[in-house]
Amino acid sequence: MVQLLEKGSASKMETSSIVYDTQKLNLWYGNHHALKNIDLQIKENEVTAIIGPSGCGKSTYIKTLNRMVELVPTVKTSGEILYRERNIFDANYGVEELRTKVGMVFQKPNPFPKSIYDNIAYGPRIHGIRNKKVLDEIVEKSLRGAAIWDEVKDRLTTNAYSLSGGQQQRICIARCLAIEPDVILMDEPTSALDPISTLKVEELIQELKEDYSIIIVTHNMQQAARISDKTAFFLNGEVVEFDATDVIFSTPEDKRTEDYISGRFG
Amino acid sequence: MRYVNHEAVVKKMNKRLIVNRIFKTIFFAATLFALLVLGVLFYRIISQGVGYLTPEFFQNFGSRIPEKAGIKAALIGSIWLMCVVAPVSIILGVGTAIYLEEYATKNKLNDFIRMNISNLAGVPSVVFGLLGLTIFVRALALGNSVLAAGFTMSLLILPVIIVGAQEAIRAVPQDVREASYGMGATKWQTIINIVLPSAIPGILTGAILALSRAVGETAPLVVIGIPVIVHFLPDNLLSQFTALPMQIYDWAKRPQEAFQYVSSAGILVLMIFLLIMNSIAIFIRNKFQKRY
Ligand SMILES: Nc1ncnc2c1ncn2[C@@H]1O[C@H](COP(=O)(O)OP(=O)(O)OP(=O)(O)O)[C@@H](O)[C@H]1O
Ligand SMILES: [Mg+2]
Repeated sequence: MVQLLEKGSASKMETSSIVYDTQKLNLWYGNHHALKNIDLQIKENEVTAIIGPSGCGKSTYIKTLNRMVELVPTVKTSGEILYRERNIFDANYGVEELRTKVGMVFQKPNPFPKSIYDNIAYGPRIHGIRNKKVLDEIVEKSLRGAAIWDEVKDRLTTNAYSLSGGQQQRICIARCLAIEPDVILMDEPTSALDPISTLKVEELIQELKEDYSIIIVTHNMQQAARISDKTAFFLNGEVVEFDATDVIFSTPEDKRTEDYISGRFG
Repeated sequence: MRYVNHEAVVKKMNKRLIVNRIFKTIFFAATLFALLVLGVLFYRIISQGVGYLTPEFFQNFGSRIPEKAGIKAALIGSIWLMCVVAPVSIILGVGTAIYLEEYATKNKLNDFIRMNISNLAGVPSVVFGLLGLTIFVRALALGNSVLAAGFTMSLLILPVIIVGAQEAIRAVPQDVREASYGMGATKWQTIINIVLPSAIPGILTGAILALSRAVGETAPLVVIGIPVIVHFLPDNLLSQFTALPMQIYDWAKRPQEAFQYVSSAGILVLMIFLLIMNSIAIFIRNKFQKRY
Protein backbone atom coordinates (compact mmCIF):
# COMPACT_ATOMS: atom_id res chain seq x y z
CA MET A 1 0.00 0.00 0.00
CA VAL A 2 2.65 2.44 1.09
CA GLN A 3 4.65 1.80 -2.05
CA LEU A 4 1.62 2.24 -4.25
CA LEU A 5 0.85 5.58 -2.74
CA GLU A 6 4.39 6.76 -3.16
CA LYS A 7 4.48 5.61 -6.70
CA GLY A 8 1.15 7.19 -7.51
CA SER A 9 2.05 10.59 -6.16
CA ALA A 10 5.57 10.38 -7.48
CA SER A 11 6.98 13.88 -7.35
CA LYS A 12 10.33 14.45 -8.99
CA MET A 13 12.21 14.17 -5.71
CA GLU A 14 10.80 10.81 -4.88
CA THR A 15 11.38 9.12 -8.21
CA SER A 16 14.98 10.24 -8.29
CA SER A 17 15.55 8.75 -4.86
CA ILE A 18 14.61 5.29 -6.11
CA VAL A 19 17.79 3.55 -7.17
CA TYR A 20 16.43 0.21 -8.24
CA ASP A 21 12.92 -0.44 -9.38
CA THR A 22 12.28 -4.13 -9.99
CA GLN A 23 9.11 -4.87 -11.91
CA LYS A 24 7.65 -8.33 -12.51
CA LEU A 25 11.05 -9.95 -12.48
CA ASN A 26 11.11 -13.66 -13.23
CA LEU A 27 14.24 -15.75 -13.50
CA TRP A 28 14.82 -19.33 -14.50
CA TYR A 29 17.88 -21.55 -14.19
CA GLY A 30 17.03 -23.85 -17.08
CA ASN A 31 13.60 -25.09 -16.01
CA HIS A 32 13.95 -24.11 -12.39
CA HIS A 33 11.84 -21.02 -11.69
CA ALA A 34 14.06 -19.30 -9.12
CA LEU A 35 12.53 -15.80 -8.95
CA LYS A 36 8.79 -15.24 -9.33
CA ASN A 37 7.19 -11.90 -10.09
CA ILE A 38 9.48 -9.83 -7.92
CA ASP A 39 8.45 -6.20 -7.37
CA LEU A 40 10.81 -4.21 -5.21
CA GLN A 41 11.86 -0.57 -4.92
CA ILE A 42 15.19 0.24 -3.42
CA LYS A 43 15.88 3.73 -2.18
CA GLU A 44 18.93 5.88 -2.20
CA ASN A 45 21.15 6.00 0.90
CA GLU A 46 19.33 3.22 2.63
CA VAL A 47 20.42 -0.20 3.72
CA THR A 48 18.05 -2.80 2.33
CA ALA A 49 18.33 -6.25 3.89
CA ILE A 50 17.19 -9.38 2.12
CA ILE A 51 16.35 -12.28 4.38
CA GLY A 52 14.83 -15.69 3.84
CA PRO A 53 15.56 -19.40 4.15
CA SER A 54 18.33 -21.11 2.21
CA GLY A 55 17.57 -21.57 -1.48
CA CYS A 56 14.82 -18.94 -1.62
CA GLY A 57 16.62 -16.87 -4.25
CA LYS A 58 18.35 -14.12 -2.26
CA SER A 59 21.72 -14.52 -3.96
CA THR A 60 20.04 -14.96 -7.31
CA TYR A 61 18.17 -11.68 -6.88
CA ILE A 62 21.16 -9.66 -5.75
CA LYS A 63 23.29 -11.10 -8.56
CA THR A 64 20.60 -10.13 -11.03
CA LEU A 65 20.94 -6.50 -9.95
CA ASN A 66 24.40 -6.30 -11.52
CA ARG A 67 23.70 -9.06 -14.04
CA MET A 68 26.36 -11.33 -12.57
CA VAL A 69 23.79 -14.08 -12.67
CA GLU A 70 24.28 -14.17 -16.42
CA LEU A 71 27.60 -15.94 -15.86
CA VAL A 72 25.42 -19.02 -15.47
CA PRO A 73 24.72 -19.93 -19.09
CA THR A 74 21.26 -21.44 -18.55
CA VAL A 75 19.75 -18.30 -17.00
CA LYS A 76 16.68 -16.69 -18.59
CA THR A 77 14.86 -13.63 -17.30
CA SER A 78 11.69 -11.70 -17.93
CA GLY A 79 10.43 -8.43 -16.51
CA GLU A 80 12.39 -5.27 -15.85
CA ILE A 81 14.88 -3.90 -13.43
CA LEU A 82 15.17 -0.14 -13.71
CA TYR A 83 18.43 1.16 -12.36
CA ARG A 84 18.18 4.94 -12.15
CA GLU A 85 15.22 4.72 -14.50
CA ARG A 86 16.98 2.67 -17.15
CA ASN A 87 16.22 -0.97 -17.78
CA ILE A 88 19.39 -2.95 -17.15
CA PHE A 89 18.21 -5.70 -19.50
CA ASP A 90 18.17 -3.29 -22.45
CA ALA A 91 20.20 -4.68 -25.29
CA ASN A 92 22.37 -1.58 -25.41
CA TYR A 93 23.02 -1.40 -21.66
CA GLY A 94 26.61 -2.60 -21.23
CA VAL A 95 27.15 -4.86 -18.23
CA GLU A 96 30.57 -3.33 -17.69
CA GLU A 97 29.02 0.13 -17.32
CA LEU A 98 26.41 -1.20 -14.90
CA ARG A 99 28.97 -3.00 -12.77
CA THR A 100 31.11 0.11 -12.55
CA LYS A 101 28.21 1.80 -10.80
CA VAL A 102 27.08 -1.21 -8.82
CA GLY A 103 29.86 -2.78 -6.80
CA MET A 104 29.61 -6.21 -5.24
CA VAL A 105 31.04 -7.82 -2.12
CA PHE A 106 30.84 -11.59 -2.05
CA GLN A 107 30.09 -14.11 0.64
CA LYS A 108 33.59 -15.53 0.72
CA PRO A 109 36.42 -12.98 0.77
CA ASN A 110 37.91 -13.17 -2.72
CA PRO A 111 40.91 -10.87 -2.99
CA PHE A 112 43.11 -11.25 -6.04
CA PRO A 113 46.42 -13.04 -5.49
CA LYS A 114 48.15 -9.68 -5.76
CA SER A 115 49.46 -7.08 -3.36
CA ILE A 116 47.01 -5.12 -1.22
CA TYR A 117 47.77 -2.03 -3.29
CA ASP A 118 47.16 -3.79 -6.60
CA ASN A 119 43.91 -5.22 -5.28
CA ILE A 120 42.51 -1.80 -4.54
CA ALA A 121 43.97 -0.20 -7.65
CA TYR A 122 42.56 -2.94 -9.86
CA GLY A 123 39.20 -1.31 -10.51
CA PRO A 124 40.53 2.19 -11.23
CA ARG A 125 43.21 0.70 -13.46
CA ILE A 126 40.82 -1.30 -15.60
CA HIS A 127 38.79 1.85 -16.01
CA GLY A 128 41.84 3.61 -17.38
CA ILE A 129 43.40 5.47 -14.47
CA ARG A 130 47.18 5.21 -14.82
CA ASN A 131 48.47 8.21 -12.88
CA LYS A 132 50.41 6.90 -9.89
CA LYS A 133 49.53 9.83 -7.66
CA VAL A 134 45.84 9.51 -8.36
CA LEU A 135 46.00 5.77 -7.74
CA ASP A 136 47.82 6.33 -4.45
CA GLU A 137 45.07 8.66 -3.33
CA ILE A 138 42.31 6.29 -4.37
CA VAL A 139 43.99 3.41 -2.54
CA GLU A 140 44.33 5.39 0.67
CA LYS A 141 40.81 6.79 0.48
CA SER A 142 39.27 3.38 -0.19
CA LEU A 143 41.22 1.65 2.55
CA ARG A 144 40.24 4.38 4.99
CA GLY A 145 36.67 4.08 3.79
CA ALA A 146 36.72 0.38 4.58
CA ALA A 147 38.24 1.03 8.02
CA ILE A 148 41.37 -0.98 7.34
CA TRP A 149 43.92 1.69 6.45
CA ASP A 150 45.65 1.70 9.83
CA GLU A 151 46.03 -2.06 9.81
CA VAL A 152 47.64 -2.32 6.40
CA LYS A 153 49.21 1.05 5.59
CA ASP A 154 52.73 -0.24 6.32
CA ARG A 155 52.43 -3.31 4.15
CA LEU A 156 50.60 -2.27 1.03
CA THR A 157 52.95 -4.35 -1.10
CA THR A 158 52.36 -7.64 0.69
CA ASN A 159 50.06 -10.22 -0.82
CA ALA A 160 46.43 -9.80 0.20
CA TYR A 161 46.29 -13.53 0.91
CA SER A 162 48.51 -13.01 3.93
CA LEU A 163 45.71 -11.13 5.73
CA SER A 164 43.11 -12.67 8.02
CA GLY A 165 39.66 -13.51 6.69
CA GLY A 166 38.07 -10.44 8.24
CA GLN A 167 40.79 -8.19 6.90
CA GLN A 168 40.47 -9.77 3.48
CA GLN A 169 36.76 -9.04 3.48
CA ARG A 170 37.38 -5.40 4.32
CA ILE A 171 39.99 -5.31 1.53
CA CYS A 172 37.26 -6.57 -0.78
CA ILE A 173 34.96 -3.81 0.42
CA ALA A 174 37.74 -1.28 -0.11
CA ARG A 175 38.34 -2.70 -3.58
CA CYS A 176 34.68 -2.16 -4.27
CA LEU A 177 34.78 1.43 -2.95
CA ALA A 178 37.73 2.19 -5.21
CA ILE A 179 35.49 2.26 -8.28
CA GLU A 180 33.34 4.83 -6.45
CA PRO A 181 30.09 2.97 -7.02
CA ASP A 182 26.58 4.23 -6.51
CA VAL A 183 25.21 1.02 -5.05
CA ILE A 184 26.98 -1.73 -3.12
CA LEU A 185 25.60 -5.26 -3.21
CA MET A 186 26.68 -7.54 -0.40
CA ASP A 187 25.94 -11.24 -0.34
CA GLU A 188 26.30 -12.48 3.24
CA PRO A 189 29.49 -10.47 3.67
CA THR A 190 30.02 -11.51 7.27
CA SER A 191 29.09 -15.18 7.13
CA ALA A 192 32.76 -16.23 6.97
CA LEU A 193 33.87 -13.85 9.70
CA ASP A 194 34.30 -14.01 13.46
CA PRO A 195 32.11 -11.82 15.72
CA ILE A 196 34.66 -9.01 16.04
CA SER A 197 35.29 -8.74 12.30
CA THR A 198 31.54 -8.96 11.78
CA LEU A 199 31.03 -6.04 14.11
CA LYS A 200 33.63 -4.01 12.25
CA VAL A 201 31.99 -4.72 8.91
CA GLU A 202 28.58 -3.82 10.34
CA GLU A 203 29.85 -0.52 11.67
CA LEU A 204 31.39 0.07 8.32
CA ILE A 205 28.08 -0.51 6.58
CA GLN A 206 26.49 2.09 8.83
CA GLU A 207 29.09 4.61 7.76
CA LEU A 208 28.92 3.72 4.09
CA LYS A 209 25.19 4.32 4.11
CA GLU A 210 25.86 8.06 4.11
CA ASP A 211 27.30 7.89 0.63
CA TYR A 212 26.03 4.69 -0.91
CA SER A 213 22.88 2.67 -1.28
CA ILE A 214 23.48 -0.78 0.13
CA ILE A 215 21.66 -4.02 -0.48
CA ILE A 216 22.70 -6.81 1.82
CA VAL A 217 21.75 -10.46 1.96
CA THR A 218 21.99 -11.95 5.42
CA HIS A 219 21.01 -15.05 7.34
CA ASN A 220 21.49 -13.25 10.58
CA MET A 221 18.21 -11.72 11.81
CA GLN A 222 19.91 -9.58 14.44
CA GLN A 223 22.20 -8.24 11.79
CA ALA A 224 19.32 -7.33 9.54
CA ALA A 225 17.53 -5.68 12.45
CA ARG A 226 20.65 -3.81 13.54
CA ILE A 227 21.85 -2.38 10.28
CA SER A 228 19.03 -2.13 7.78
CA ASP A 229 16.34 0.46 7.08
CA LYS A 230 14.18 -1.78 4.93
CA THR A 231 13.86 -5.54 4.92
CA ALA A 232 12.57 -7.85 2.22
CA PHE A 233 11.53 -11.36 3.17
CA PHE A 234 11.97 -13.87 0.36
CA LEU A 235 10.39 -17.30 0.29
CA ASN A 236 10.55 -19.81 -2.56
CA GLY A 237 11.53 -17.16 -5.06
CA GLU A 238 8.82 -14.70 -4.07
CA VAL A 239 8.84 -11.52 -2.00
CA VAL A 240 6.49 -12.27 0.84
CA GLU A 241 6.86 -8.94 2.55
CA PHE A 242 8.84 -5.77 2.09
CA ASP A 243 8.67 -2.95 4.58
CA ALA A 244 10.59 -0.84 7.04
CA THR A 245 12.84 -3.07 9.12
CA ASP A 246 11.22 -2.18 12.45
CA VAL A 247 7.81 -3.03 11.02
CA ILE A 248 9.02 -6.39 9.68
CA PHE A 249 10.58 -7.27 13.00
CA SER A 250 7.79 -6.05 15.24
CA THR A 251 4.47 -6.21 13.43
CA PRO A 252 4.81 -8.18 10.18
CA GLU A 253 1.66 -8.46 8.13
CA ASP A 254 2.27 -11.94 6.82
CA LYS A 255 2.12 -14.99 9.05
CA ARG A 256 5.04 -16.58 7.20
CA THR A 257 7.27 -13.58 7.88
CA GLU A 258 6.44 -13.76 11.54
CA ASP A 259 7.16 -17.49 11.65
CA TYR A 260 10.48 -17.00 9.93
CA ILE A 261 11.81 -14.14 12.03
CA SER A 262 10.73 -15.82 15.22
CA GLY A 263 12.68 -18.88 14.13
CA ARG A 264 9.73 -21.19 13.71
CA PHE A 265 10.86 -22.38 10.30
CA GLY A 266 13.66 -21.88 7.80
CA MET B 1 23.75 -55.70 17.95
CA ARG B 2 27.12 -54.42 16.78
CA TYR B 3 28.29 -54.82 13.24
CA VAL B 4 32.02 -54.61 13.79
CA ASN B 5 33.40 -57.64 15.60
CA HIS B 6 36.57 -56.27 17.11
CA GLU B 7 38.02 -59.66 18.03
CA ALA B 8 37.74 -60.87 14.45
CA VAL B 9 39.31 -57.64 13.28
CA VAL B 10 42.31 -58.18 15.54
CA LYS B 11 42.64 -61.79 14.38
CA LYS B 12 42.71 -60.79 10.73
CA MET B 13 44.95 -57.84 11.31
CA ASN B 14 48.18 -59.78 10.76
CA LYS B 15 47.08 -61.04 7.39
CA ARG B 16 46.13 -57.52 6.29
CA LEU B 17 49.47 -56.16 7.35
CA ILE B 18 51.32 -58.92 5.45
CA VAL B 19 49.36 -58.17 2.25
CA ASN B 20 50.14 -54.54 2.77
CA ARG B 21 53.84 -55.30 3.02
CA ILE B 22 53.81 -57.55 -0.06
CA PHE B 23 52.35 -54.83 -2.22
CA LYS B 24 54.77 -52.28 -0.90
CA THR B 25 57.64 -54.58 -1.89
CA ILE B 26 56.21 -55.17 -5.36
CA PHE B 27 55.87 -51.46 -6.05
CA PHE B 28 59.31 -50.77 -4.70
CA ALA B 29 60.75 -53.47 -6.99
CA ALA B 30 58.98 -51.92 -9.98
CA THR B 31 60.50 -48.54 -9.19
CA LEU B 32 63.90 -50.11 -8.69
CA PHE B 33 63.68 -51.90 -12.03
CA ALA B 34 62.87 -48.69 -13.87
CA LEU B 35 65.69 -46.87 -12.14
CA LEU B 36 68.09 -49.69 -12.92
CA VAL B 37 67.28 -49.67 -16.64
CA LEU B 38 67.65 -45.92 -16.69
CA GLY B 39 70.96 -46.18 -14.87
CA VAL B 40 72.36 -48.75 -17.32
CA LEU B 41 71.22 -46.64 -20.23
CA PHE B 42 72.84 -43.51 -18.84
CA TYR B 43 76.03 -45.36 -18.03
CA ARG B 44 76.34 -46.77 -21.54
CA ILE B 45 75.64 -43.47 -23.24
CA ILE B 46 77.95 -41.46 -21.05
CA SER B 47 80.81 -43.96 -21.12
CA GLN B 48 80.55 -44.30 -24.90
CA GLY B 49 79.86 -40.73 -25.81
CA VAL B 50 81.81 -38.59 -23.43
CA GLY B 51 85.10 -39.19 -25.27
CA TYR B 52 83.67 -37.64 -28.41
CA LEU B 53 82.32 -34.54 -26.67
CA THR B 54 85.21 -32.33 -27.77
CA PRO B 55 85.06 -28.70 -28.88
CA GLU B 56 85.56 -29.93 -32.46
CA PHE B 57 82.42 -32.04 -32.14
CA PHE B 58 80.45 -28.82 -31.81
CA GLN B 59 82.36 -27.07 -34.59
CA ASN B 60 82.26 -29.72 -37.32
CA PHE B 61 79.57 -30.58 -39.79
CA GLY B 62 78.68 -34.22 -40.49
CA SER B 63 81.40 -36.40 -42.00
CA ARG B 64 82.09 -39.90 -43.26
CA ILE B 65 85.01 -40.20 -40.87
CA PRO B 66 83.78 -40.70 -37.29
CA GLU B 67 86.61 -38.64 -35.78
CA LYS B 68 85.68 -35.67 -37.95
CA ALA B 69 81.92 -35.95 -37.57
CA GLY B 70 80.37 -33.02 -35.73
CA ILE B 71 76.98 -31.95 -34.55
CA LYS B 72 77.08 -28.28 -35.45
CA ALA B 73 74.45 -28.38 -38.22
CA ALA B 74 72.02 -30.50 -36.18
CA LEU B 75 72.38 -28.49 -32.98
CA ILE B 76 71.90 -25.13 -34.68
CA GLY B 77 69.11 -26.69 -36.77
CA SER B 78 67.28 -27.84 -33.65
CA ILE B 79 67.59 -24.39 -32.14
CA TRP B 80 66.12 -22.87 -35.31
CA LEU B 81 63.34 -25.43 -35.20
CA MET B 82 62.52 -24.48 -31.61
CA CYS B 83 62.45 -20.82 -32.57
CA VAL B 84 59.55 -21.66 -34.87
CA VAL B 85 57.80 -24.31 -32.77
CA ALA B 86 57.83 -22.47 -29.44
CA PRO B 87 56.04 -19.26 -30.49
CA VAL B 88 53.71 -20.93 -32.99
CA SER B 89 52.56 -23.74 -30.72
CA ILE B 90 52.34 -21.65 -27.54
CA ILE B 91 50.42 -18.79 -29.14
CA LEU B 92 48.02 -21.11 -30.95
CA GLY B 93 47.71 -23.49 -28.01
CA VAL B 94 47.11 -20.90 -25.32
CA GLY B 95 44.79 -18.97 -27.63
CA THR B 96 42.71 -22.06 -28.27
CA ALA B 97 42.63 -22.94 -24.59
CA ILE B 98 41.48 -19.41 -23.69
CA TYR B 99 38.78 -19.57 -26.32
CA LEU B 100 37.52 -22.97 -25.19
CA GLU B 101 37.60 -22.19 -21.48
CA GLU B 102 36.58 -18.55 -21.35
CA TYR B 103 34.69 -17.61 -24.49
CA ALA B 104 33.13 -20.74 -25.98
CA THR B 105 29.56 -21.31 -24.92
CA LYS B 106 28.43 -24.79 -24.02
CA ASN B 107 27.06 -26.25 -27.24
CA LYS B 108 27.44 -29.46 -29.20
CA LEU B 109 30.12 -28.12 -31.54
CA ASN B 110 32.34 -26.84 -28.76
CA ASP B 111 31.92 -30.04 -26.76
CA PHE B 112 32.91 -31.96 -29.88
CA ILE B 113 36.02 -29.81 -30.30
CA ARG B 114 36.96 -30.17 -26.65
CA MET B 115 36.64 -33.94 -26.76
CA ASN B 116 38.62 -34.34 -29.95
CA ILE B 117 41.55 -32.22 -28.87
CA SER B 118 42.45 -34.80 -26.25
CA ASN B 119 42.01 -37.52 -28.85
CA LEU B 120 44.39 -35.69 -31.17
CA ALA B 121 47.09 -35.91 -28.53
CA GLY B 122 47.09 -39.68 -29.03
CA VAL B 123 47.55 -39.63 -32.82
CA PRO B 124 50.92 -41.17 -33.83
CA SER B 125 53.55 -38.65 -34.84
CA VAL B 126 54.03 -40.25 -38.27
CA VAL B 127 50.51 -39.15 -39.11
CA PHE B 128 51.40 -35.57 -38.29
CA GLY B 129 54.46 -36.01 -40.50
CA LEU B 130 52.21 -37.01 -43.41
CA LEU B 131 49.95 -34.06 -42.70
CA GLY B 132 52.93 -31.72 -42.72
CA LEU B 133 54.21 -33.27 -45.95
CA THR B 134 50.87 -32.75 -47.68
CA ILE B 135 50.05 -29.30 -46.38
CA PHE B 136 53.24 -27.42 -45.61
CA VAL B 137 55.87 -29.09 -47.79
CA ARG B 138 53.73 -29.61 -50.91
CA ALA B 139 50.52 -27.54 -50.88
CA LEU B 140 52.09 -24.43 -49.40
CA ALA B 141 55.35 -25.23 -51.20
CA LEU B 142 57.53 -24.54 -48.17
CA GLY B 143 59.78 -27.49 -49.06
CA ASN B 144 61.66 -29.35 -46.36
CA SER B 145 62.51 -26.09 -44.65
CA VAL B 146 62.77 -24.95 -41.05
CA LEU B 147 59.33 -23.37 -41.39
CA ALA B 148 57.62 -26.50 -42.75
CA ALA B 149 59.19 -28.70 -40.08
CA GLY B 150 58.38 -26.12 -37.41
CA PHE B 151 54.72 -25.96 -38.39
CA THR B 152 54.50 -29.75 -38.49
CA MET B 153 56.03 -30.10 -35.04
CA SER B 154 53.75 -27.34 -33.75
CA LEU B 155 50.71 -29.27 -34.92
CA LEU B 156 52.08 -32.39 -33.27
CA ILE B 157 52.42 -30.83 -29.84
CA LEU B 158 49.49 -28.43 -30.07
CA PRO B 159 46.95 -30.81 -28.47
CA VAL B 160 49.21 -31.38 -25.47
CA ILE B 161 49.72 -27.65 -25.00
CA ILE B 162 46.01 -26.94 -25.34
CA VAL B 163 44.99 -29.59 -22.83
CA GLY B 164 47.67 -28.45 -20.38
CA ALA B 165 46.68 -24.81 -20.73
CA GLN B 166 42.98 -25.65 -20.38
CA GLU B 167 43.70 -27.41 -17.10
CA ALA B 168 45.78 -24.51 -15.84
CA ILE B 169 43.06 -22.03 -16.77
CA ARG B 170 40.34 -24.14 -15.21
CA ALA B 171 42.34 -24.29 -11.98
CA VAL B 172 42.01 -20.52 -11.52
CA PRO B 173 39.23 -20.14 -8.94
CA GLN B 174 35.91 -18.84 -10.23
CA ASP B 175 35.50 -16.37 -7.37
CA VAL B 176 38.41 -14.14 -8.40
CA ARG B 177 37.01 -14.00 -11.91
CA GLU B 178 33.67 -12.96 -10.46
CA ALA B 179 35.40 -10.29 -8.40
CA SER B 180 36.92 -8.91 -11.57
CA TYR B 181 33.71 -9.01 -13.59
CA GLY B 182 31.90 -7.51 -10.61
CA MET B 183 34.00 -4.38 -10.92
CA GLY B 184 33.12 -3.87 -14.53
CA ALA B 185 36.16 -5.54 -16.09
CA THR B 186 35.65 -6.91 -19.57
CA LYS B 187 36.31 -10.52 -20.33
CA TRP B 188 39.63 -9.72 -21.92
CA GLN B 189 40.74 -7.55 -18.96
CA THR B 190 39.83 -10.38 -16.63
CA ILE B 191 41.75 -12.90 -18.71
CA ILE B 192 44.90 -10.84 -19.08
CA ASN B 193 44.99 -9.46 -15.50
CA ILE B 194 43.57 -12.27 -13.41
CA VAL B 195 43.35 -15.57 -15.23
CA LEU B 196 46.60 -15.71 -17.18
CA PRO B 197 48.94 -14.56 -14.38
CA SER B 198 47.64 -17.35 -12.17
CA ALA B 199 47.62 -19.89 -14.97
CA ILE B 200 51.04 -19.15 -16.47
CA PRO B 201 53.10 -21.48 -14.26
CA GLY B 202 50.84 -24.38 -15.22
CA ILE B 203 50.71 -23.38 -18.87
CA LEU B 204 54.50 -23.16 -19.05
CA THR B 205 55.02 -26.53 -17.44
CA GLY B 206 52.81 -28.16 -20.03
CA ALA B 207 54.32 -26.17 -22.87
CA ILE B 208 57.92 -26.99 -22.03
CA LEU B 209 57.15 -30.68 -21.66
CA ALA B 210 55.51 -30.58 -25.06
CA LEU B 211 58.44 -28.68 -26.57
CA SER B 212 60.84 -31.28 -25.17
CA ARG B 213 58.87 -33.84 -27.08
CA ALA B 214 59.23 -31.80 -30.26
CA VAL B 215 63.01 -31.62 -29.80
CA GLY B 216 63.33 -35.39 -29.57
CA GLU B 217 60.73 -36.40 -32.15
CA THR B 218 62.17 -38.05 -35.31
CA ALA B 219 59.36 -39.64 -37.30
CA PRO B 220 57.69 -36.47 -38.65
CA LEU B 221 61.09 -35.14 -39.74
CA VAL B 222 61.81 -38.34 -41.64
CA VAL B 223 58.41 -38.21 -43.33
CA ILE B 224 58.72 -34.62 -44.49
CA GLY B 225 62.16 -35.43 -45.85
CA ILE B 226 64.56 -33.50 -43.66
CA PRO B 227 68.08 -34.27 -44.94
CA VAL B 228 70.78 -35.68 -42.71
CA ILE B 229 73.99 -34.55 -44.30
CA VAL B 230 73.92 -30.78 -44.25
CA HIS B 231 77.08 -28.80 -44.64
CA PHE B 232 75.71 -25.34 -44.00
CA LEU B 233 73.73 -23.55 -41.33
CA PRO B 234 70.20 -22.31 -41.99
CA ASP B 235 70.17 -18.57 -42.59
CA ASN B 236 66.46 -18.01 -42.96
CA LEU B 237 63.21 -19.78 -42.19
CA LEU B 238 63.04 -21.33 -45.66
CA SER B 239 66.53 -22.85 -45.47
CA GLN B 240 67.08 -26.58 -45.42
CA PHE B 241 68.37 -27.88 -42.12
CA THR B 242 68.82 -30.98 -40.04
CA ALA B 243 67.95 -31.63 -36.41
CA LEU B 244 69.48 -33.50 -33.48
CA PRO B 245 67.33 -36.65 -33.55
CA MET B 246 67.82 -37.00 -37.33
CA GLN B 247 71.58 -36.77 -36.95
CA ILE B 248 71.65 -39.22 -34.05
CA TYR B 249 69.44 -41.66 -35.94
CA ASP B 250 71.72 -41.46 -38.98
CA TRP B 251 74.87 -42.11 -36.96
CA ALA B 252 73.30 -44.96 -35.04
CA LYS B 253 72.41 -46.89 -38.19
CA ARG B 254 75.88 -46.65 -39.76
CA PRO B 255 77.90 -49.89 -39.84
CA GLN B 256 81.22 -48.56 -38.44
CA GLU B 257 81.45 -49.17 -34.71
CA ALA B 258 83.00 -45.77 -34.03
CA PHE B 259 79.79 -44.10 -35.18
CA GLN B 260 77.99 -45.75 -32.26
CA TYR B 261 80.13 -43.63 -30.01
CA VAL B 262 79.47 -40.53 -32.07
CA SER B 263 75.79 -41.33 -31.78
CA SER B 264 76.06 -41.55 -27.99
CA ALA B 265 77.78 -38.18 -27.95
CA GLY B 266 74.88 -36.82 -29.98
CA ILE B 267 72.40 -38.24 -27.48
CA LEU B 268 74.31 -36.54 -24.69
CA VAL B 269 74.03 -33.24 -26.50
CA LEU B 270 70.30 -33.80 -26.98
CA MET B 271 69.85 -34.59 -23.30
CA ILE B 272 71.77 -31.50 -22.25
CA PHE B 273 69.59 -29.48 -24.64
CA LEU B 274 66.45 -30.86 -22.93
CA LEU B 275 67.92 -30.28 -19.50
CA ILE B 276 68.55 -26.63 -20.32
CA MET B 277 64.99 -26.24 -21.62
CA ASN B 278 63.55 -27.74 -18.46
CA SER B 279 65.72 -25.54 -16.27
CA ILE B 280 64.43 -22.50 -18.10
CA ALA B 281 60.89 -23.70 -17.50
CA ILE B 282 61.51 -24.18 -13.80
CA PHE B 283 63.18 -20.79 -13.58
CA ILE B 284 60.30 -18.97 -15.25
CA ARG B 285 57.78 -20.88 -13.17
CA ASN B 286 59.42 -20.00 -9.88
CA LYS B 287 59.75 -16.40 -10.90
CA PHE B 288 56.06 -16.14 -11.62
CA GLN B 289 55.00 -18.04 -8.53
CA LYS B 290 56.88 -15.65 -6.32
CA ARG B 291 54.87 -12.74 -7.62
CA TYR B 292 51.46 -14.31 -7.14
N1 LIG C 1 23.85 -21.94 -11.02
C1 LIG C 1 22.66 -22.48 -10.73
N2 LIG C 1 22.09 -23.39 -11.54
C2 LIG C 1 20.89 -23.91 -11.26
N3 LIG C 1 20.16 -23.61 -10.18
C3 LIG C 1 20.67 -22.72 -9.32
C4 LIG C 1 21.93 -22.10 -9.55
N4 LIG C 1 22.19 -21.25 -8.53
C5 LIG C 1 21.12 -21.33 -7.71
N5 LIG C 1 20.21 -22.21 -8.17
C6 LIG C 1 18.92 -22.54 -7.55
O1 LIG C 1 18.16 -21.37 -7.42
C7 LIG C 1 17.54 -21.31 -6.14
C8 LIG C 1 17.94 -20.04 -5.43
O2 LIG C 1 19.31 -20.08 -5.15
P1 LIG C 1 20.07 -18.92 -4.40
O3 LIG C 1 21.53 -19.21 -4.46
O4 LIG C 1 19.62 -17.63 -4.93
O5 LIG C 1 19.53 -19.12 -2.91
P2 LIG C 1 19.88 -18.28 -1.61
O6 LIG C 1 18.60 -17.70 -1.14
O7 LIG C 1 21.00 -17.35 -1.86
O8 LIG C 1 20.32 -19.41 -0.61
P3 LIG C 1 21.47 -19.38 0.51
O9 LIG C 1 20.88 -18.67 1.65
O10 LIG C 1 21.69 -20.82 0.82
O11 LIG C 1 22.67 -18.71 -0.07
C9 LIG C 1 17.94 -22.57 -5.41
O12 LIG C 1 16.89 -23.50 -5.51
C10 LIG C 1 19.14 -23.07 -6.16
O13 LIG C 1 19.18 -24.47 -6.15
MG1 LIG D 1 23.09 -17.23 -1.22
